[in-house]
Order: sequence, then structure tokens, then C-alpha cells
Amino acid sequence: MDIKVLGPGCPKCQQTEKNVKEAVADTGVDAKVEKVTNLLEIAKYGVFGTPAVVIDGQVKSVGKIPAKDEIKKWITK
Amino acid sequence: MAEDCCAPGGNVMILACSGGSNVGQLANQAAVELTQEGFGKMYCLAGIGGHLSGFVQSAKDVSEIVVIDGCATCCSKVILEHAEVPIKSYLILTDLGIEKNKHFNLNRKDLERVKGAVKEACRGS
Repeated sequence: MDIKVLGPGCPKCQQTEKNVKEAVADTGVDAKVEKVTNLLEIAKYGVFGTPAVVIDGQVKSVGKIPAKDEIKKWITK
Repeated sequence: MAEDCCAPGGNVMILACSGGSNVGQLANQAAVELTQEGFGKMYCLAGIGGHLSGFVQSAKDVSEIVVIDGCATCCSKVILEHAEVPIKSYLILTDLGIEKNKHFNLNRKDLERVKGAVKEACRGS
């Protein structure tokens, strides 16, 4: 599984990345988590704001910090 | 980085039908000018229509959204329904008494009325 956290690096982005990494660790899912900070790369996803979470190419959340439980649901489906 | 450098807080997402008539283009121009004036941020309805996940999810997650359709065909509204995006504020320009035509001659008076109506629709939601 390929997970990307989009965001230039403010505390909200960092918290999102932390939640994602913890959700992956808790569930034991085999996933690669990547932080994308390059604005041109972020723009390719067309998101209205950041942080955003992308799982296997599908944008799952935009402009908010998703809760760990919510992330767990996405990655264990 | 600032505390909330990437938070979209306070941003109103503006979606316009941008259709092939005077009212479609009035919707588009109103969205452009409201964006330039800092009222909100025009966003790509085409991306939502294409069901691109970044666009659809952005529309679902944004706190404020206003949708401007030119006429009662309601193309924008239908696109959002297909994408299962809830609509919070909505207006149809022909309901304001602006007659639909194919001349594309937009006038400033109509444009200012539309911009005012968009702001009003957001206040009422």
C-alpha cells in the first residue's frame, strides 16, 4: 500500500503524518508512507487545501487532520 | 512554516457552471472576481465532474461551498449530486430575473447583482 501525506510542513501536516504512521503501525498493514512537500507535486492532486491523505492514488481527506481510527478504516478495507 | 500555513480555514469554495450562455459566463466571471476580491476561491467543477478523487474529496471536506448555476438546467447541481457532494449554498442566475441568451454580452450591473447574491446565499446557509 502506498500512502502519501500532502502538505508543506505546518503542524497540521505533521500531525497528519504522525496519525498515519501510528495507524499503519497499530494495524500492521504493509504500507509505505511518504510526505510530499513539493507544491508542484501537491498541485497534481488538485486538492483545495492541505494536509491531504492519498492512499493508492485515491485522495481520502483534504484540509483536515484525519483521526487515527478513520485512517485505520481506510487502510484495512 | 507558520502555525497554519496549509490550513484552508475560512475559505469559501466557489463552483460556477461556466456554461455556454450569458448566465453561464456571468456565473464564471462572478466566481473569478469574488476570488480576486478575496471572498473565496474558485475551484474546478470539471475536476469534480470527472470524478477525480482530489477534487471530489476537496468539495466534500471543505467547510463552506457555494454553487452558481446560470439557468434552471442546474448542471452544476447535478454534477455535485452525481459525485455525492452536499451543497450548502446555491443559486440560479435566471431566478434573479436575468434572462438567458447566447449573446455573451455581460454587463457590469448584472455582474454586481450576481456577486451580491452569492454573498447573500453564503450568509443564509
